[in-house]
Formats: sequence, C-alpha cells, structure tokens
Amino acid sequence: MGRFLLVTIQVDMHDRLALALQDDLTQMISDTEARGVLIDISSLEIVDSFIGRMLGNIAAMSRVLDAETVVVGMQPAVAITLVELGMSLAGVRTALNVDAGMELLKSAVNGNKQGYGASLQ
Amino acid sequence: MALLSSETLPIRAEIDVVTARRRVRDLAAHLGFSLVDQTKVVTAASELARNTIIHGGGGLMVAETLNGPRTGLRLTFEDNGPGIPDIELALRDGFTTGSGLGLGLGGAKRLASEFQIASRVGQGTKVTITRWKWRE
Repeated sequence: MGRFLLVTIQVDMHDRLALALQDDLTQMISDTEARGVLIDISSLEIVDSFIGRMLGNIAAMSRVLDAETVVVGMQPAVAITLVELGMSLAGVRTALNVDAGMELLKSAVNGNKQGYGASLQ
Repeated sequence: MALLSSETLPIRAEIDVVTARRRVRDLAAHLGFSLVDQTKVVTAASELARNTIIHGGGGLMVAETLNGPRTGLRLTFEDNGPGIPDIELALRDGFTTGSGLGLGLGGAKRLASEFQIASRVGQGTKVTITRWKWRE
C-alpha cells in the first residue's frame, strides 16, 4: 500500500507559514516516497483564497510526485463560505473525516496500481 | 443607525492579517452572528487585509459595530498605495496583478451584505464592507 503522510493544521496560518508547509510537504513526499497525503483541516476556522490555493497546489504537486492527496474535516461553515468566495477546490479530493479520508487514499492508491498493471497487459 | 464601537488596526505585515481575522471573529461573535456569518465576514476580512498589504503596500482596518434598526459589522480597509485604475476589471473573478487567484475583491463583495470601493490612482484605495446580522 505504501506510506501515507498525515498532516494536521492546527494554527491560524499566516501566508508565509502556509507556503512553508506547501514546500516542506512536497519535500517530505519525495523524501519518504509517500503514496498518499492526508491533510486534516478540522481545526481551521476559515479557508480563504490563499489557503485554498495552497491546498490545490499541494494536491497538484503530490500528483506529479505520484502521491494522492485527500483533505478532510472541513467545517460546514467553512465549506459554505469557500463556495461563496468562488473556490470549489477543483482537483482536490475531500472526505468528511480522517477515517473516510484514509479509505479514499487506500482505494485511490490501490486503484492506480491496478490501472497501471492493466495497461501493461 | 448607532455606532456601538470603533477601533483601528494596522495592516502592515502578514501577521496583521491574522490579528485582523481574530479581531473580526471576536466582534462578530460578540454581536451574536451565526457561525456561518462569522466565517463569511472573517474570510472577507482576510481577503481585503491581504489586498491592503500586497496591492496597497500596507494600511489600516477600521472595525465598527453598528446597532439599530439592524445589527452589523462594518469594516473599512484603507491604503495609500498605487490605487486601482479599472475597478470593474479588478472585481472580476480571475483578474489579478499579484500572485493570487484573483478572487479576493470579488469574493469579499459576495461575502458581504454591502460593499463600497473608492480608489484614486496614485493616492490609494478604500474598501468598505458591511455584514448585517441575519434576523431570526
């Protein structure tokens, strides 16, 4: 199944901290050869366009490094606000909670393997 | 309409955006805003505070609580930056001169009950949003 990285964001991040997380995480995916990244944002009270962009960037960068990203735990008020702001987080997989996110990661990673195998036959 | 309180916060460094978010959250909660309305006004404040720094070169936020007949929170972001030559264009989603997504100004407008912008090229920009408390 391969390694998964778990990230819990627990502080109200200023922009540079968000960028640092994005860079560190991308490096970590490469260093650990992780196949999946689970980002728990249940503690975040808002997701503005900057944090939304960071989540999208992490998903895109991890995909390039052959890892899947799932964002979990978004508060309903945050989701409502994010959509009204104009962000749909296209390209970012989401799940309600950590358990559901792990299941999604497992099936995504296994699904990719099977897909690759099948294409070789 | 009565002004209940007014306070001014500097918006100069990135950390000031975090401070502004926190203060707006406290004020909105104190006024009895629902969680969704709190989240909307805090998110709008975050976008506008960031704009003040990135596009305006820093400035300030005035936060005012309003009462009677409606309860609301009015936030004014003011800078002495280069100004916005074409406000209509700046409000369009996806338009950006910075490194963002271009959702800040238009997004903040959608998240507010009322939105006003005044800008003079070479002199600065002033954006005011008001979020009224939803009547139950």
